[in-house]
Amino acid sequence: MSMIEVENVTKRFGHILAVDRISFYIAKGEVIGFLGPNGAGKTTAMRILACFFPPTSGRASVGGHDVVTHALQVKQLVGYFPERVSVYPDLPVRSFLDFVAEAKDVPRAERKREIGRVIESCGLEAVSDRIIGHLSKGYRQRVGIAQALINRPQVLILDEPTIGLDPEQVVEIRKLIRDLGAERTVILSTHILSEVSSVCDRVIIINQGRILASESLAELRAQLHRTRVVRVEVEGPEPQVRGVLERLPGVETVRRPELRVRKPEDNGAVALVVEYTGDDIRKQVSRTVLEHGWGLLEVRSLEPTLEDMYLQLIRDEEQAPRIESLRD
Amino acid sequence: MKFLCVFKKELRLYFGSFIAYSLATAFLLLTGYFFYTDMIFYDLFGDFQDITASLWVYYFQDVRFVTMLILPLLTMRLFAEEKKLGTIELLWTYPLKDPHIILGKFFACLLVYVLMVLCTFAYPSLLASVHTFSWGPPLAGYLGVILLGATFIACGTFISSLTENQVVSAMSTYGVLVFFWFLNWNEEAVGPQFVGTVIRFSLFDRFEDFSKGVINVADVTFFVLATLFFLCLTLQSLESRKWRGT
Repeated sequence: MSMIEVENVTKRFGHILAVDRISFYIAKGEVIGFLGPNGAGKTTAMRILACFFPPTSGRASVGGHDVVTHALQVKQLVGYFPERVSVYPDLPVRSFLDFVAEAKDVPRAERKREIGRVIESCGLEAVSDRIIGHLSKGYRQRVGIAQALINRPQVLILDEPTIGLDPEQVVEIRKLIRDLGAERTVILSTHILSEVSSVCDRVIIINQGRILASESLAELRAQLHRTRVVRVEVEGPEPQVRGVLERLPGVETVRRPELRVRKPEDNGAVALVVEYTGDDIRKQVSRTVLEHGWGLLEVRSLEPTLEDMYLQLIRDEEQAPRIESLRD
Repeated sequence: MKFLCVFKKELRLYFGSFIAYSLATAFLLLTGYFFYTDMIFYDLFGDFQDITASLWVYYFQDVRFVTMLILPLLTMRLFAEEKKLGTIELLWTYPLKDPHIILGKFFACLLVYVLMVLCTFAYPSLLASVHTFSWGPPLAGYLGVILLGATFIACGTFISSLTENQVVSAMSTYGVLVFFWFLNWNEEAVGPQFVGTVIRFSLFDRFEDFSKGVINVADVTFFVLATLFFLCLTLQSLESRKWRGT
Protein backbone atom coordinates (compact mmCIF):
# COMPACT_ATOMS: atom_id res chain seq x y z
CA MET A 1 0.00 0.00 0.00
CA SER A 2 1.23 3.49 -0.74
CA MET A 3 2.04 5.69 2.22
CA ILE A 4 1.09 8.80 0.30
CA GLU A 5 -1.50 8.95 -2.43
CA VAL A 6 -2.21 12.07 -4.42
CA GLU A 7 -4.88 11.85 -7.08
CA ASN A 8 -5.75 14.64 -9.47
CA VAL A 9 -5.03 17.33 -6.92
CA THR A 10 -5.57 20.94 -7.97
CA LYS A 11 -4.99 24.04 -5.86
CA ARG A 12 -6.05 27.49 -6.94
CA PHE A 13 -5.51 30.81 -5.22
CA GLY A 14 -8.04 33.11 -6.84
CA HIS A 15 -7.24 32.70 -10.50
CA ILE A 16 -3.67 31.57 -9.93
CA LEU A 17 -3.32 27.87 -10.56
CA ALA A 18 -0.60 26.70 -8.20
CA VAL A 19 -0.95 22.96 -8.71
CA ASP A 20 -2.73 21.46 -11.71
CA ARG A 21 -4.19 17.94 -11.49
CA ILE A 22 -1.13 16.24 -10.07
CA SER A 23 -1.09 12.58 -9.12
CA PHE A 24 1.65 10.56 -7.51
CA TYR A 25 2.13 7.71 -5.10
CA ILE A 26 4.89 7.22 -2.59
CA ALA A 27 5.58 3.85 -1.03
CA LYS A 28 6.41 3.35 2.63
CA GLY A 29 10.11 3.94 3.29
CA GLU A 30 10.83 5.76 0.04
CA VAL A 31 12.93 8.94 -0.03
CA ILE A 32 11.54 11.21 -2.71
CA GLY A 33 13.15 14.30 -4.16
CA PHE A 34 10.65 16.95 -5.11
CA LEU A 35 12.32 19.01 -7.80
CA GLY A 36 11.33 22.10 -9.65
CA PRO A 37 12.16 25.72 -10.28
CA ASN A 38 10.96 28.37 -7.84
CA GLY A 39 7.21 28.81 -8.01
CA ALA A 40 6.65 25.41 -9.58
CA GLY A 41 4.14 24.31 -6.95
CA LYS A 42 6.39 22.24 -4.70
CA THR A 43 5.54 24.09 -1.50
CA THR A 44 1.83 24.09 -2.32
CA ALA A 45 1.83 20.32 -2.85
CA MET A 46 3.73 19.77 0.38
CA ARG A 47 1.45 22.08 2.35
CA ILE A 48 -1.55 20.11 1.14
CA LEU A 49 0.04 16.89 2.41
CA ALA A 50 0.86 18.55 5.74
CA CYS A 51 -2.80 19.66 6.08
CA PHE A 52 -1.85 23.32 6.01
CA PHE A 53 -4.69 23.92 3.58
CA PRO A 54 -6.99 21.59 1.66
CA PRO A 55 -6.78 21.06 -2.11
CA THR A 56 -9.30 22.88 -4.29
CA SER A 57 -10.18 19.57 -5.90
CA GLY A 58 -8.84 16.05 -6.01
CA ARG A 59 -7.95 13.68 -3.21
CA ALA A 60 -4.81 13.28 -1.13
CA SER A 61 -4.17 10.85 1.68
CA VAL A 62 -1.34 9.97 4.03
CA GLY A 63 -1.24 6.51 5.61
CA GLY A 64 -4.76 5.91 4.34
CA HIS A 65 -6.20 9.01 6.04
CA ASP A 66 -7.71 11.73 3.88
CA VAL A 67 -6.03 15.12 4.39
CA VAL A 68 -9.37 16.96 4.44
CA THR A 69 -11.71 14.70 6.39
CA HIS A 70 -9.13 13.14 8.74
CA ALA A 71 -6.68 16.00 9.10
CA LEU A 72 -5.89 15.30 12.76
CA GLN A 73 -4.83 11.70 12.01
CA VAL A 74 -2.68 12.88 9.10
CA LYS A 75 -1.06 15.53 11.29
CA GLN A 76 -0.16 12.80 13.79
CA LEU A 77 1.72 10.92 11.07
CA VAL A 78 3.52 13.81 9.43
CA GLY A 79 6.54 15.77 10.56
CA TYR A 80 6.75 18.99 8.58
CA PHE A 81 9.67 21.34 8.08
CA PRO A 82 8.38 24.52 6.45
CA GLU A 83 10.26 26.41 3.79
CA ARG A 84 10.78 29.39 6.07
CA VAL A 85 12.61 28.08 9.11
CA SER A 86 9.98 28.85 11.68
CA VAL A 87 10.97 28.80 15.31
CA TYR A 88 10.20 31.07 18.24
CA PRO A 89 13.32 33.17 18.67
CA ASP A 90 12.46 34.06 22.28
CA LEU A 91 12.21 30.49 23.59
CA PRO A 92 15.07 28.25 24.69
CA VAL A 93 15.50 25.16 22.49
CA ARG A 94 14.25 22.78 25.14
CA SER A 95 11.09 24.65 26.04
CA PHE A 96 10.26 25.05 22.34
CA LEU A 97 10.56 21.29 21.87
CA ASP A 98 8.54 20.78 25.04
CA PHE A 99 5.72 22.80 23.49
CA VAL A 100 5.99 20.79 20.26
CA ALA A 101 5.89 17.48 22.15
CA GLU A 102 2.78 18.56 24.01
CA ALA A 103 1.11 19.82 20.84
CA LYS A 104 1.88 16.51 19.15
CA ASP A 105 0.33 14.52 22.00
CA VAL A 106 3.49 12.88 23.32
CA PRO A 107 2.40 11.45 26.70
CA ARG A 108 3.70 13.46 29.64
CA ALA A 109 5.79 10.59 31.02
CA GLU A 110 7.66 10.14 27.73
CA ARG A 111 8.10 13.78 26.85
CA LYS A 112 11.46 14.24 28.45
CA ARG A 113 12.92 11.12 26.84
CA GLU A 114 11.51 12.01 23.42
CA ILE A 115 12.96 15.52 23.57
CA GLY A 116 16.31 14.09 24.64
CA ARG A 117 16.27 11.66 21.74
CA VAL A 118 15.51 14.38 19.18
CA ILE A 119 18.11 16.74 20.64
CA GLU A 120 20.69 14.01 20.32
CA SER A 121 19.81 12.96 16.79
CA CYS A 122 19.95 16.57 15.57
CA GLY A 123 23.20 17.32 17.39
CA LEU A 124 21.69 20.01 19.60
CA GLU A 125 23.08 18.89 22.98
CA ALA A 126 25.48 21.82 23.24
CA VAL A 127 22.79 24.47 22.72
CA SER A 128 19.71 22.86 24.27
CA ASP A 129 19.34 25.51 26.96
CA ARG A 130 20.09 28.51 24.81
CA ILE A 131 17.56 30.95 23.38
CA ILE A 132 16.84 29.98 19.77
CA GLY A 133 17.22 33.55 18.54
CA HIS A 134 20.85 33.57 19.70
CA LEU A 135 21.80 30.47 17.68
CA SER A 136 23.53 30.38 14.31
CA LYS A 137 21.47 29.74 11.21
CA GLY A 138 22.68 26.15 11.00
CA TYR A 139 21.57 25.39 14.52
CA ARG A 140 18.24 27.09 14.01
CA GLN A 141 17.73 24.92 10.94
CA ARG A 142 18.42 21.88 13.09
CA VAL A 143 15.93 23.05 15.68
CA GLY A 144 13.46 23.24 12.78
CA ILE A 145 14.24 19.66 11.82
CA ALA A 146 14.12 18.58 15.47
CA GLN A 147 10.54 19.85 15.85
CA ALA A 148 9.56 17.84 12.76
CA LEU A 149 11.05 14.68 14.30
CA ILE A 150 9.20 14.88 17.60
CA ASN A 151 6.82 11.96 18.15
CA ARG A 152 8.59 9.81 15.49
CA PRO A 153 6.46 10.74 12.48
CA GLN A 154 6.24 8.04 9.82
CA VAL A 155 6.33 10.64 7.09
CA LEU A 156 8.72 13.56 6.94
CA ILE A 157 8.03 16.47 4.65
CA LEU A 158 11.03 18.75 4.36
CA ASP A 159 10.71 21.92 2.33
CA GLU A 160 14.20 23.01 1.24
CA PRO A 161 15.97 21.95 4.42
CA THR A 162 19.47 22.92 3.35
CA ILE A 163 18.90 26.37 1.90
CA GLY A 164 21.09 29.11 3.35
CA LEU A 165 23.51 26.79 5.10
CA ASP A 166 27.26 26.70 4.65
CA PRO A 167 28.67 23.71 2.74
CA GLU A 168 29.73 21.84 5.85
CA GLN A 169 26.31 22.19 7.43
CA VAL A 170 24.69 21.11 4.16
CA VAL A 171 26.66 17.88 4.26
CA GLU A 172 25.63 17.29 7.88
CA ILE A 173 21.95 17.92 7.26
CA ARG A 174 22.00 15.63 4.22
CA LYS A 175 23.58 12.89 6.27
CA LEU A 176 20.87 13.39 8.88
CA ILE A 177 18.17 13.12 6.20
CA ARG A 178 19.77 9.96 4.79
CA ASP A 179 19.80 8.40 8.25
CA LEU A 180 16.19 9.39 8.82
CA GLY A 181 15.20 8.00 5.44
CA ALA A 182 16.33 4.54 6.50
CA GLU A 183 13.19 4.06 8.54
CA ARG A 184 10.76 6.64 7.26
CA THR A 185 9.03 7.97 4.19
CA VAL A 186 10.65 11.27 3.31
CA ILE A 187 9.66 13.94 0.82
CA LEU A 188 12.40 16.45 0.29
CA SER A 189 11.88 19.48 -1.86
CA THR A 190 14.84 21.28 -3.27
CA HIS A 191 16.17 22.97 -6.32
CA ILE A 192 19.70 21.86 -5.56
CA LEU A 193 20.06 18.89 -7.84
CA SER A 194 23.13 17.30 -6.28
CA GLU A 195 21.11 17.00 -3.08
CA VAL A 196 18.66 14.74 -4.84
CA SER A 197 21.36 12.55 -6.36
CA SER A 198 22.97 12.10 -2.98
CA VAL A 199 19.87 11.46 -0.88
CA CYS A 200 16.85 10.31 -2.86
CA ASP A 201 15.59 7.02 -4.31
CA ARG A 202 13.24 8.66 -6.74
CA VAL A 203 12.56 12.13 -8.10
CA ILE A 204 9.33 13.88 -8.88
CA ILE A 205 9.95 16.81 -11.18
CA ILE A 206 7.32 19.49 -11.13
CA ASN A 207 7.07 22.62 -13.23
CA GLN A 208 4.27 25.18 -13.56
CA GLY A 209 2.07 23.11 -11.28
CA ARG A 210 2.38 19.88 -13.25
CA ILE A 211 4.42 16.73 -12.83
CA LEU A 212 6.92 16.21 -15.62
CA ALA A 213 8.53 13.02 -14.41
CA SER A 214 8.32 10.68 -11.47
CA GLU A 215 10.93 7.93 -11.58
CA SER A 216 14.23 6.75 -10.23
CA LEU A 217 17.38 8.56 -11.33
CA ALA A 218 18.53 5.55 -13.40
CA GLU A 219 15.21 5.34 -15.22
CA LEU A 220 15.21 9.04 -15.86
CA ARG A 221 18.69 8.83 -17.29
CA ALA A 222 17.77 5.92 -19.55
CA GLN A 223 14.62 7.59 -20.77
CA LEU A 224 16.13 10.96 -21.53
CA HIS A 225 19.53 9.93 -22.79
CA ARG A 226 19.29 7.14 -25.27
CA THR A 227 22.75 8.05 -26.51
CA ARG A 228 25.90 7.79 -24.47
CA VAL A 229 28.73 10.28 -24.51
CA VAL A 230 32.51 10.01 -24.44
CA ARG A 231 34.93 12.87 -24.21
CA VAL A 232 38.23 12.37 -26.04
CA GLU A 233 41.38 14.47 -26.09
CA VAL A 234 43.81 13.64 -28.85
CA GLU A 235 47.10 15.12 -30.01
CA GLY A 236 46.68 15.13 -33.78
CA PRO A 237 45.17 16.99 -36.75
CA GLU A 238 41.56 17.75 -35.97
CA PRO A 239 39.88 17.00 -39.35
CA GLN A 240 41.46 13.55 -39.62
CA VAL A 241 40.77 12.68 -35.98
CA ARG A 242 37.19 13.72 -36.41
CA GLY A 243 36.83 11.71 -39.63
CA VAL A 244 38.23 8.58 -38.06
CA LEU A 245 36.04 8.78 -35.00
CA GLU A 246 32.93 9.41 -37.09
CA ARG A 247 33.51 6.16 -38.97
CA LEU A 248 33.51 4.04 -35.79
CA PRO A 249 30.43 1.77 -35.49
CA GLY A 250 27.58 3.21 -33.45
CA VAL A 251 28.84 6.80 -33.47
CA GLU A 252 26.17 9.37 -34.19
CA THR A 253 27.94 12.70 -33.89
CA VAL A 254 31.36 14.04 -33.12
CA ARG A 255 31.51 17.64 -31.94
CA ARG A 256 33.59 20.07 -29.99
CA PRO A 257 32.71 20.39 -26.32
CA GLU A 258 30.55 23.40 -25.49
CA LEU A 259 32.86 24.67 -22.83
CA ARG A 260 36.56 24.19 -22.75
CA VAL A 261 39.33 25.90 -20.85
CA ARG A 262 42.48 26.23 -22.97
CA LYS A 263 45.59 25.31 -21.13
CA PRO A 264 49.17 26.11 -22.34
CA GLU A 265 50.29 22.48 -22.17
CA ASP A 266 47.71 21.20 -24.62
CA ASN A 267 49.05 22.88 -27.78
CA GLY A 268 47.92 20.86 -30.74
CA ALA A 269 45.51 18.79 -28.67
CA VAL A 270 41.95 18.39 -29.89
CA ALA A 271 39.07 17.87 -27.52
CA LEU A 272 36.01 16.17 -28.98
CA VAL A 273 32.73 14.84 -27.67
CA VAL A 274 31.52 11.60 -29.25
CA GLU A 275 27.85 10.64 -28.96
CA TYR A 276 27.06 7.01 -29.72
CA THR A 277 24.65 4.19 -29.08
CA GLY A 278 25.39 0.63 -28.10
CA ASP A 279 28.16 -0.82 -25.94
CA ASP A 280 30.96 1.12 -24.32
CA ILE A 281 33.06 2.59 -27.13
CA ARG A 282 36.11 3.70 -25.12
CA LYS A 283 38.27 0.69 -26.00
CA GLN A 284 37.70 1.14 -29.75
CA VAL A 285 38.36 4.85 -29.56
CA SER A 286 41.68 4.44 -27.82
CA ARG A 287 42.81 1.61 -30.13
CA THR A 288 41.93 3.59 -33.27
CA VAL A 289 43.68 6.73 -32.06
CA LEU A 290 46.86 4.82 -31.19
CA GLU A 291 46.81 2.93 -34.53
CA HIS A 292 47.00 6.27 -36.33
CA GLY A 293 50.02 7.25 -34.27
CA TRP A 294 48.33 10.17 -32.49
CA GLY A 295 48.78 10.88 -28.81
CA LEU A 296 45.83 9.87 -26.64
CA LEU A 297 45.49 12.29 -23.72
CA GLU A 298 42.07 11.42 -22.34
CA VAL A 299 39.06 9.17 -22.89
CA ARG A 300 36.28 9.75 -20.42
CA SER A 301 32.70 8.57 -20.30
CA LEU A 302 30.28 11.40 -19.50
CA GLU A 303 27.21 10.37 -17.53
CA PRO A 304 24.40 12.84 -17.98
CA THR A 305 24.05 14.76 -14.75
CA LEU A 306 20.76 15.46 -13.05
CA GLU A 307 21.24 19.06 -14.14
CA ASP A 308 21.21 17.99 -17.80
CA MET A 309 18.13 15.86 -17.37
CA TYR A 310 16.30 18.48 -15.40
CA LEU A 311 17.06 21.27 -17.84
CA GLN A 312 16.06 19.07 -20.76
CA LEU A 313 12.73 18.25 -19.14
CA ILE A 314 11.98 21.86 -18.34
CA ARG A 315 13.04 22.87 -21.88
CA ASP A 316 10.87 20.21 -23.49
CA GLU A 317 7.95 21.32 -21.37
CA GLU A 318 8.39 24.94 -22.35
CA GLN A 319 8.69 24.09 -26.04
CA ALA A 320 5.52 22.03 -25.99
CA PRO A 321 3.54 23.55 -23.17
CA ARG A 322 0.17 22.15 -24.16
CA ILE A 323 1.20 18.50 -24.39
CA GLU A 324 -0.02 16.48 -21.42
CA SER A 325 2.68 15.76 -18.90
CA LEU A 326 4.64 12.52 -19.15
CA ARG A 327 2.79 10.81 -16.38
CA ASP A 328 -0.78 11.76 -15.77
CA MET B 1 -7.76 20.62 27.30
CA LYS B 2 -5.68 20.64 24.14
CA PHE B 3 -5.45 24.44 24.25
CA LEU B 4 -3.21 24.23 27.33
CA CYS B 5 -0.02 23.68 25.31
CA VAL B 6 -0.61 26.88 23.34
CA PHE B 7 -1.59 28.63 26.58
CA LYS B 8 1.67 27.63 28.29
CA LYS B 9 3.74 28.55 25.25
CA GLU B 10 2.16 32.01 25.11
CA LEU B 11 2.85 32.58 28.79
CA ARG B 12 6.48 31.55 28.29
CA LEU B 13 6.72 34.04 25.44
CA TYR B 14 5.07 36.84 27.45
CA PHE B 15 7.29 36.36 30.46
CA GLY B 16 10.38 35.34 28.52
CA SER B 17 10.56 38.49 26.44
CA PHE B 18 9.82 41.30 28.90
CA ILE B 19 6.60 42.30 27.12
CA ALA B 20 4.54 41.32 30.14
CA TYR B 21 6.90 43.02 32.58
CA SER B 22 7.18 46.31 30.74
CA LEU B 23 3.45 46.57 30.11
CA ALA B 24 2.65 45.61 33.70
CA THR B 25 5.03 48.33 34.89
CA ALA B 26 3.29 50.94 32.76
CA PHE B 27 -0.12 49.67 33.85
CA LEU B 28 0.71 49.79 37.55
CA LEU B 29 2.41 53.19 37.36
CA LEU B 30 -0.56 54.74 35.59
CA THR B 31 -3.27 53.10 37.70
CA GLY B 32 -1.27 53.88 40.85
CA TYR B 33 -0.99 57.51 39.87
CA PHE B 34 -4.70 57.74 39.10
CA PHE B 35 -5.62 56.08 42.38
CA TYR B 36 -3.42 58.55 44.22
CA THR B 37 -4.95 61.60 42.53
CA ASP B 38 -8.49 60.23 42.92
CA MET B 39 -7.75 59.70 46.61
CA ILE B 40 -6.60 63.28 47.00
CA PHE B 41 -9.76 64.40 45.25
CA TYR B 42 -11.87 62.23 47.54
CA ASP B 43 -10.03 63.61 50.55
CA LEU B 44 -10.41 67.26 49.54
CA PHE B 45 -13.88 67.31 48.04
CA GLY B 46 -15.58 64.03 48.95
CA ASP B 47 -15.36 64.79 52.61
CA PHE B 48 -15.06 61.05 53.24
CA GLN B 49 -18.77 60.67 52.45
CA ASP B 50 -20.18 58.23 49.86
CA ILE B 51 -16.94 56.62 48.79
CA THR B 52 -18.55 54.98 45.76
CA ALA B 53 -19.70 58.21 44.16
CA SER B 54 -16.59 60.22 44.99
CA LEU B 55 -13.77 57.66 44.68
CA TRP B 56 -14.58 54.32 43.00
CA VAL B 57 -16.44 55.77 40.03
CA TYR B 58 -13.48 57.99 39.16
CA TYR B 59 -10.90 55.35 39.87
CA PHE B 60 -12.53 52.67 37.70
CA GLN B 61 -13.17 55.11 34.86
CA ASP B 62 -9.46 55.90 34.93
CA VAL B 63 -8.49 52.21 35.02
CA ARG B 64 -10.70 51.78 31.96
CA PHE B 65 -8.55 54.24 29.98
CA VAL B 66 -5.32 52.63 31.09
CA THR B 67 -6.73 49.27 30.02
CA MET B 68 -7.56 50.67 26.62
CA LEU B 69 -4.03 52.02 26.36
CA ILE B 70 -2.22 48.87 27.43
CA LEU B 71 -4.22 45.94 26.07
CA PRO B 72 -3.70 46.53 22.33
CA LEU B 73 0.04 46.39 23.05
CA LEU B 74 -0.46 43.07 24.80
CA THR B 75 -2.61 41.53 22.07
CA MET B 76 -0.84 42.92 19.00
CA ARG B 77 1.65 40.06 18.81
CA LEU B 78 -0.76 37.15 19.32
CA PHE B 79 -1.18 36.18 15.67
CA ALA B 80 0.76 38.91 13.84
CA GLU B 81 4.06 37.71 15.29
CA GLU B 82 3.36 34.07 14.40
CA LYS B 83 2.55 35.10 10.86
CA LYS B 84 5.67 37.22 10.54
CA LEU B 85 7.91 34.47 11.93
CA GLY B 86 6.15 31.76 9.93
CA THR B 87 5.52 29.78 13.10
CA ILE B 88 1.82 29.84 12.33
CA GLU B 89 2.69 27.22 9.72
CA LEU B 90 3.86 24.94 12.52
CA LEU B 91 0.74 25.48 14.59
CA TRP B 92 -1.43 24.69 11.61
CA THR B 93 0.40 21.45 10.83
CA TYR B 94 0.47 20.16 14.42
CA PRO B 95 -2.48 18.07 15.55
CA LEU B 96 -4.24 21.15 16.96
CA LYS B 97 -7.57 22.60 15.95
CA ASP B 98 -8.05 26.31 15.33
CA PRO B 99 -10.20 26.77 18.47
CA HIS B 100 -7.36 25.28 20.56
CA ILE B 101 -4.96 27.85 19.17
CA ILE B 102 -7.36 30.76 19.67
CA LEU B 103 -8.40 29.80 23.20
CA GLY B 104 -4.80 29.11 24.26
CA LYS B 105 -3.77 32.56 23.13
CA PHE B 106 -6.84 34.34 24.47
CA PHE B 107 -6.59 32.83 27.94
CA ALA B 108 -2.82 33.38 28.18
CA CYS B 109 -3.32 37.05 27.41
CA LEU B 110 -6.28 37.26 29.77
CA LEU B 111 -4.22 35.71 32.56
CA VAL B 112 -1.43 38.26 32.09
CA TYR B 113 -4.04 41.01 32.26
CA VAL B 114 -5.77 39.55 35.33
CA LEU B 115 -2.41 39.33 37.09
CA MET B 116 -1.82 43.01 36.36
CA VAL B 117 -5.26 43.88 37.68
CA LEU B 118 -4.73 41.78 40.80
CA CYS B 119 -1.61 43.80 41.58
CA THR B 120 -3.74 46.95 41.73
CA PHE B 121 -5.60 45.40 44.67
CA ALA B 122 -2.76 46.85 46.68
CA TYR B 123 -4.31 50.34 46.40
CA PRO B 124 -7.72 49.68 47.98
CA SER B 125 -6.04 47.37 50.50
CA LEU B 126 -3.78 50.21 51.59
CA LEU B 127 -6.77 52.48 51.88
CA ALA B 128 -8.59 49.80 53.92
CA SER B 129 -5.77 49.84 56.46
CA VAL B 130 -6.51 53.47 57.33
CA HIS B 131 -10.17 53.84 56.43
CA THR B 132 -13.06 51.38 56.64
CA PHE B 133 -15.31 50.96 53.63
CA SER B 134 -17.53 48.31 52.08
CA TRP B 135 -15.69 46.02 49.63
CA GLY B 136 -18.79 45.36 47.52
CA PRO B 137 -18.59 48.32 45.12
CA PRO B 138 -14.85 48.04 44.36
CA LEU B 139 -15.20 44.28 43.75
CA ALA B 140 -18.04 44.96 41.30
CA GLY B 141 -15.76 47.52 39.65
CA TYR B 142 -12.98 44.98 39.34
CA LEU B 143 -15.35 42.44 37.80
CA GLY B 144 -16.24 45.08 35.23
CA VAL B 145 -12.59 45.85 34.56
CA ILE B 146 -11.90 42.19 33.87
CA LEU B 147 -14.96 41.70 31.66
CA LEU B 148 -14.15 44.84 29.71
CA GLY B 149 -10.55 43.68 29.38
CA ALA B 150 -11.64 40.25 28.12
CA THR B 151 -13.66 41.94 25.38
CA PHE B 152 -10.72 44.19 24.46
CA ILE B 153 -8.43 41.14 24.34
CA ALA B 154 -10.82 39.20 22.11
CA CYS B 155 -11.06 42.22 19.83
CA GLY B 156 -7.26 42.57 19.75
CA THR B 157 -6.85 38.85 19.07
CA PHE B 158 -9.14 39.13 16.09
CA ILE B 159 -7.36 42.16 14.65
CA SER B 160 -3.98 40.52 15.21
CA SER B 161 -5.14 37.56 13.11
CA LEU B 162 -5.75 39.89 10.16
CA THR B 163 -2.22 41.17 9.71
CA GLU B 164 1.38 40.14 10.10
CA ASN B 165 2.47 43.61 11.17
CA GLN B 166 2.30 44.16 14.91
CA VAL B 167 2.16 47.95 14.64
CA VAL B 168 -0.79 47.74 12.25
CA SER B 169 -2.38 45.28 14.65
CA ALA B 170 -2.04 47.61 17.65
CA MET B 171 -3.10 50.75 15.77
CA SER B 172 -6.19 49.08 14.31
CA THR B 173 -7.17 47.78 17.73
CA TYR B 174 -6.88 51.33 19.10
CA GLY B 175 -9.05 52.43 16.20
CA VAL B 176 -11.81 49.96 16.97
CA LEU B 177 -11.75 50.56 20.73
CA VAL B 178 -11.78 54.33 20.37
CA PHE B 179 -14.66 53.99 17.91
CA PHE B 180 -16.67 52.07 20.51
CA TRP B 181 -15.80 54.72 23.04
CA PHE B 182 -16.90 57.62 20.83
CA LEU B 183 -20.01 55.82 19.72
CA ASN B 184 -22.11 57.65 22.29
CA TRP B 185 -20.01 60.75 22.77
CA ASN B 186 -22.04 63.06 20.69
CA GLU B 187 -25.58 61.90 21.17
CA GLU B 188 -27.09 64.85 19.32
CA ALA B 189 -25.15 64.01 16.19
CA VAL B 190 -26.40 60.43 16.18
CA GLY B 191 -30.00 61.50 16.35
CA PRO B 192 -32.61 60.49 18.89
CA GLN B 193 -33.88 57.48 16.94
CA PHE B 194 -30.48 55.76 16.93
CA VAL B 195 -29.15 56.81 20.29
CA GLY B 196 -30.80 53.92 22.12
CA THR B 197 -29.28 51.36 19.77
CA VAL B 198 -25.86 52.98 19.74
CA ILE B 199 -25.62 53.14 23.50
CA ARG B 200 -26.36 49.45 23.71
CA PHE B 201 -23.22 48.70 21.73
CA SER B 202 -20.94 51.16 23.47
CA LEU B 203 -18.43 49.11 25.47
CA PHE B 204 -17.77 52.06 27.72
CA ASP B 205 -21.37 52.80 28.57
CA ARG B 206 -21.83 49.20 29.54
CA PHE B 207 -18.96 49.58 31.96
CA GLU B 208 -20.47 52.54 33.76
CA ASP B 209 -22.74 50.55 36.07
CA PHE B 210 -19.86 48.38 37.21
CA SER B 211 -17.87 51.46 38.20
CA LYS B 212 -20.81 52.56 40.35
CA GLY B 213 -20.73 49.17 42.07
CA VAL B 214 -23.73 47.71 40.27
CA ILE B 215 -23.54 44.28 38.68
CA ASN B 216 -26.15 44.14 35.98
CA VAL B 217 -26.88 40.76 34.35
CA ALA B 218 -27.51 42.44 31.00
CA ASP B 219 -24.08 44.10 31.11
CA VAL B 220 -22.29 40.89 32.08
CA THR B 221 -24.06 39.05 29.26
CA PHE B 222 -23.15 41.81 26.84
CA PHE B 223 -19.43 41.57 27.60
CA VAL B 224 -19.44 37.75 27.46
CA LEU B 225 -21.27 37.81 24.12
CA ALA B 226 -19.01 40.53 22.72
CA THR B 227 -15.96 38.45 23.71
CA LEU B 228 -17.42 35.34 22.05
CA PHE B 229 -18.31 37.38 18.99
CA PHE B 230 -14.71 38.54 18.50
CA LEU B 231 -13.35 35.04 19.15
CA CYS B 232 -15.69 33.65 16.50
CA LEU B 233 -14.51 36.31 14.07
CA THR B 234 -10.93 35.20 14.82
CA LEU B 235 -11.91 31.63 13.97
CA GLN B 236 -13.35 32.80 10.66
CA SER B 237 -10.22 34.78 9.95
CA LEU B 238 -7.99 31.73 10.54
CA GLU B 239 -10.23 29.54 8.41
CA SER B 240 -9.78 31.92 5.52
CA ARG B 241 -6.35 30.40 4.82
CA LYS B 242 -8.21 27.48 3.29
CA TRP B 243 -9.16 29.53 0.28
CA ARG B 244 -6.64 32.38 0.44
CA GLY B 245 -3.36 30.53 0.71
CA THR B 246 -1.59 32.02 3.68
